[in-house]
Amino acid sequence: MPSNDTQTEAVEQTPVHVDHLIENGELAAENAWCVSYDAEALPEQRPAFVPLTLWQANQDDNELAPLLTSDTELTTELGSTLKGASAIAVDFPAFTDGRGYTIARLLRERYGYTGEIRAVGDVLVDQLDYMRRCGFSTMALRDDQHPEDALRALNAFSVRYQTDVKERQALFEKRLTASH
Amino acid sequence: MYRYDIHDQTLVDERVAQFRDQMERYQAGRLGEEEFRPLRLQNGLYIQKHAPMLRIAIPYGMLAGAQLRALADITRRYDRGYGHFTTRQNLQLNWPALEDVPDILAELAKVQMHAIQTSGNCIRNTTSDQFAGIANDEVEDPRPWCELIRQWSTLHPEFAYLPRKFKIAVSGAAQDRAAIQVHDIGLRLWRNDDGELRIKVLAGGGLGRTPMIGDVVREDLPWQHLLTYLEACVRVYNQFGRRDNKFKARIKILVKALGIEEFRRRVDEEWAYLKDGPQTLNQAAVEAAKVHFPEPERRPVAASATEDFDKLRSENRSFARFVTNNVTDHKVPGYKAVTLSLKRREHAPGDVTADQMEAVADLADRYSFGEVRVTHEQNLVLSDVPVDELEALWKELDALGMANPTVGTLNDIICCPGGDYCALANAVSIPIAQALQERFEDLDFLYDLGPLDLNISGCMNACGHHHVGHIGILGVDKKGEEYYQISIGGNSTDDASLGKILGPSFFREDVPGVVEKVLEVYVAERHEDERFLDTYRRIGLKPFKERVYAQQ
Repeated sequence: MPSNDTQTEAVEQTPVHVDHLIENGELAAENAWCVSYDAEALPEQRPAFVPLTLWQANQDDNELAPLLTSDTELTTELGSTLKGASAIAVDFPAFTDGRGYTIARLLRERYGYTGEIRAVGDVLVDQLDYMRRCGFSTMALRDDQHPEDALRALNAFSVRYQTDVKERQALFEKRLTASH
Repeated sequence: MYRYDIHDQTLVDERVAQFRDQMERYQAGRLGEEEFRPLRLQNGLYIQKHAPMLRIAIPYGMLAGAQLRALADITRRYDRGYGHFTTRQNLQLNWPALEDVPDILAELAKVQMHAIQTSGNCIRNTTSDQFAGIANDEVEDPRPWCELIRQWSTLHPEFAYLPRKFKIAVSGAAQDRAAIQVHDIGLRLWRNDDGELRIKVLAGGGLGRTPMIGDVVREDLPWQHLLTYLEACVRVYNQFGRRDNKFKARIKILVKALGIEEFRRRVDEEWAYLKDGPQTLNQAAVEAAKVHFPEPERRPVAASATEDFDKLRSENRSFARFVTNNVTDHKVPGYKAVTLSLKRREHAPGDVTADQMEAVADLADRYSFGEVRVTHEQNLVLSDVPVDELEALWKELDALGMANPTVGTLNDIICCPGGDYCALANAVSIPIAQALQERFEDLDFLYDLGPLDLNISGCMNACGHHHVGHIGILGVDKKGEEYYQISIGGNSTDDASLGKILGPSFFREDVPGVVEKVLEVYVAERHEDERFLDTYRRIGLKPFKERVYAQQ
């Protein structure tokens, strides 16, 4: 697994391809994309998620899309640059790194990004529901995860207290509406 | 008392089903140890020294009698017939079997309880004033606000994997009884000159290995924006809090590193986008929360009852001692709040047996509208007792061993479970508490000392809040030996301060003697009616140090 949390460790050079992709709450039939962590050279495979700087330098290649590291600071400038991306991948270097949730929310709620946002890296079954609520449309499961567990985990809850990317009414508001 | 509706109940039921599934996957080897860890922690389940430990949430310390009975039943069926109340107003079970935990959570859900987010790197149980709703000096009842925060923070999709744990405390009174200055976020409810409710927001306080007093982020947040502002604070923390070193990962380190101005700027920048968004509160939503905390139907208490109470107090010395220390004035004349002491030598501070839980539930039903509160000092409170029933209640408590008239004294020790139970501890703490209680059991001596907080932690994680004890004791490990470091001058209330370390640490058996010397200095140096803390602040550390480390 890629582990670029500190940015000092050697990053994985071989592009990663994941078999199990969750899309729209279901197991996708196939996953065309590979993810390349190499910030120096473009991978041969297409389509590919590549590090942000590489994507920015090769914007004429329609089959490339940006891969955001979890420490990406989403400035207004970057937010508007990313609007032109055909898809965006957000990396989870470790499943305990929760920064990706905020990144996805900002992309959706602040910068109005409507394309695919994909969670890649250390993506586990029990995170999928939170990821979806924060705006991820696809999640590439870590290889050892069981896709059937994923579908069950995604549907564990029918009640949410807060608003999220899809739910625009907090439960406290819904209760008021229901009682009138 | 907050009562679940269909939504709350569905959520906790679904949470139980989710955890049962996770536990089954773990046991079947489909979920690894490391992957299971945050999932179990966010359901209150630790793997401890001798056995798993389960921490049950008691939101802002409020318990109904029926819930306490259910807890008693759970401790008998799944544990060893007792539980431990913590400084976060929660209840810990020390001996549950791992495989029973889903069933225990299901039992809790039946009485509208859970263990959600009582551990892990997420927003924890919000704590508050044990005298909320009844205090003389209250500006606003914090409980409806705590409940709104509880709901907002429960299974928040963005904040389940924060850099570290995150604790919020709320106070709505003139005097801070919720230690808001030593929380990740402390909230103080107050009213401006126009009578409008405002919220003072502090951030970056905390204990642990780097104790700090919180800084003010915003003095006068209008209440409508409570949740969006909290969201902005936690979002800034989630993005920028350190993740490379767990000892530097709390928000206090971020606030200190950025400086409060820069932290505030980032929060405000974030908040500009969230402000007036869909999580903005309105009057109707707040009123709906307040409906759950009505004034109980208190009966009129005759003025003569108060006179009789005063008379008994002047005639009966034991009763007078109990009243002075364990009984608190109430906003309604004729009513009092009674603190039940959970500090006795034969038990660890905060421990309660199943029999006692049931007995307290019965007392709550008969004397105080069926409700009990847990205090962060690890005691229990019956909040609404008519004065003409105080004597009867006192006698019943005495028979239960819960009328120790020592609340607020040196004997009312705050103490973590320590090395006897906790895998993190460097040293035992309960035996230290017991040795001190044994040494200083003379009531006249305790009363003469006046209000004195003595807090003990078995390691620098500071669950026993030793930094804010007037006298703080910390267990440390040196080359495998247990030692104790003693500090003085800490305080968790309005004029919060962190204790200063006296000097080199002590052997366990020397601790009571050292505390005695500290007290001797105080007694010799104090002005009339001067509290320990004030004497210390006036004369400084030096006289204490000289006495304690004087050559024999």
